[in-house]
Amino acid sequence: MPPDRPSRRSRDRYEGPTRKILVVDDEPDLEPLIRQRMRRQIRSGQYAFQFAGNGVEAVALLEQDKEIELVLSDINMPRMDGLTLLQQIPQITDDIRSVIISAYGDMENIRTAMNRGAFDFVTKPVDFKDLGITIERALKNLADWRKALEARDQLVSLRRELDIARRLQESILPKSFPKTDDFEISGFMQAARDVGGDFYDFLELPNGNLGLVIADVSDKGVSAAMFMMSARTTIKGAALDGCDPAEVLTRANDMLSADNPNMMFVTAFYAEFDPAAGTLTYANGGHDLPVMVDRDGARTIPSTGGVALGVMPGMQYSSESIQMQTGDSFVAYTDGVTDAMNPREEQFGLGRLMELFADKPPTHAGATVNDVVAAVKSFAAEQDQFDDITCLVLQRLAPGIRL
Amino acid sequence: MIDTAREGPILIAGLSGRIDGTNARQVQTELESALGDDDRQLLLDFADLSYISSAGLRVVLLVARQLDQKGGQLAVCSLSESISEIFKISGFDKIINVHSDRPAALADLQG
Repeated sequence: MPPDRPSRRSRDRYEGPTRKILVVDDEPDLEPLIRQRMRRQIRSGQYAFQFAGNGVEAVALLEQDKEIELVLSDINMPRMDGLTLLQQIPQITDDIRSVIISAYGDMENIRTAMNRGAFDFVTKPVDFKDLGITIERALKNLADWRKALEARDQLVSLRRELDIARRLQESILPKSFPKTDDFEISGFMQAARDVGGDFYDFLELPNGNLGLVIADVSDKGVSAAMFMMSARTTIKGAALDGCDPAEVLTRANDMLSADNPNMMFVTAFYAEFDPAAGTLTYANGGHDLPVMVDRDGARTIPSTGGVALGVMPGMQYSSESIQMQTGDSFVAYTDGVTDAMNPREEQFGLGRLMELFADKPPTHAGATVNDVVAAVKSFAAEQDQFDDITCLVLQRLAPGIRL
Repeated sequence: MIDTAREGPILIAGLSGRIDGTNARQVQTELESALGDDDRQLLLDFADLSYISSAGLRVVLLVARQLDQKGGQLAVCSLSESISEIFKISGFDKIINVHSDRPAALADLQG
């Protein structure tokens, strides 16, 4: 294969279809800023922007132009604000994604926006690199969602349905890991060819704490992937609302089990980490109990009980807290890790997972994730991977030690 | 995949091997066709079942709800140690009627 030589054409001209984006803001400064900072994408035909000064103008434009795929909206605007606009959009189309632009720290509005179906949010002053990534994620999610709906409606081949479901699954995973002086996070998910519905998520909570989710949706295919998206959104919405972990799962369970004819369920573990105090408060909805690793090895954290989400409304969940010392690592995983089989049909098991840390204190989060995944893969050898393999690690950092 | 028997009004379905994403739908179809309209009580015997994934558990929940909706009952029995652990972790031991062996399950259903 000759090396790619970018022709003038491919450098200047975006190959895919132009994506129409509607920007809604009453401040006149944003339009020239976007035209300037996004000029390359506009010139190449990747994005075409339209601008509205408030929600009323936005609704009119959306009704006129059904090809708009993304709405970027401010919150405070005259005539119709951004939160009201979010409620209006589904009446016009559901084939769209919305991203909210809000003041930094305006968590109350952000969580209302998420509850009203916003895909994501960016904060002011707008970081255009971050905005670019958010736009791409939202558009990617919309594209995967369309394929999923098509697959659901058209009886596509199982193979194709599974490919689409996997893309939807991958599009909701966080693309970068937050890292501060107090903690480090890393995560990994490898989808199985045929089954699986694992996901993980991190949330920056209004109180400055970090929310962590690891979950495994029963079954496979497009309907499982859609259930996964609902699970992610309901957990995120409740967490941003400031609920404690038990209440987050209680609310998510009630919402997921309200309309669930196929008895999908999701095992979900949700934890809130206080970076300053080093405490981890968690609740569990039927998920494999994570382990805590310190210099002396690994141990499972205390159980809180709790049934998988989506099965039965009105279930109660309880929270538990543990103190992490600096250097300690919290290792969460899905059953794709512990149920992985070797050619002799033995399971990897929790025992082997814990043994990994018996004589080897964790170094940093990324290395811990890699060690777990490598151990599972080397154990499984040529045996087929029959479930998603997911591992999520949070390490509390020692003051003064920067990795 | 399933092996059925009857004990009075109770339909007993013995499950064997592995139930995971690759065969869960087939197990569901087989169970649904084995369950007659008049059946109100079903015992799933897991004695020969070596593994059940979440997709398999979903089938158990679906059948449990179908029975519940017509005023019936589901019980499961003879869980291996690892399947018992799966029921415990997922919390399903709290919402599904689990028994150590077939006689205990039958006694409970008949009681």
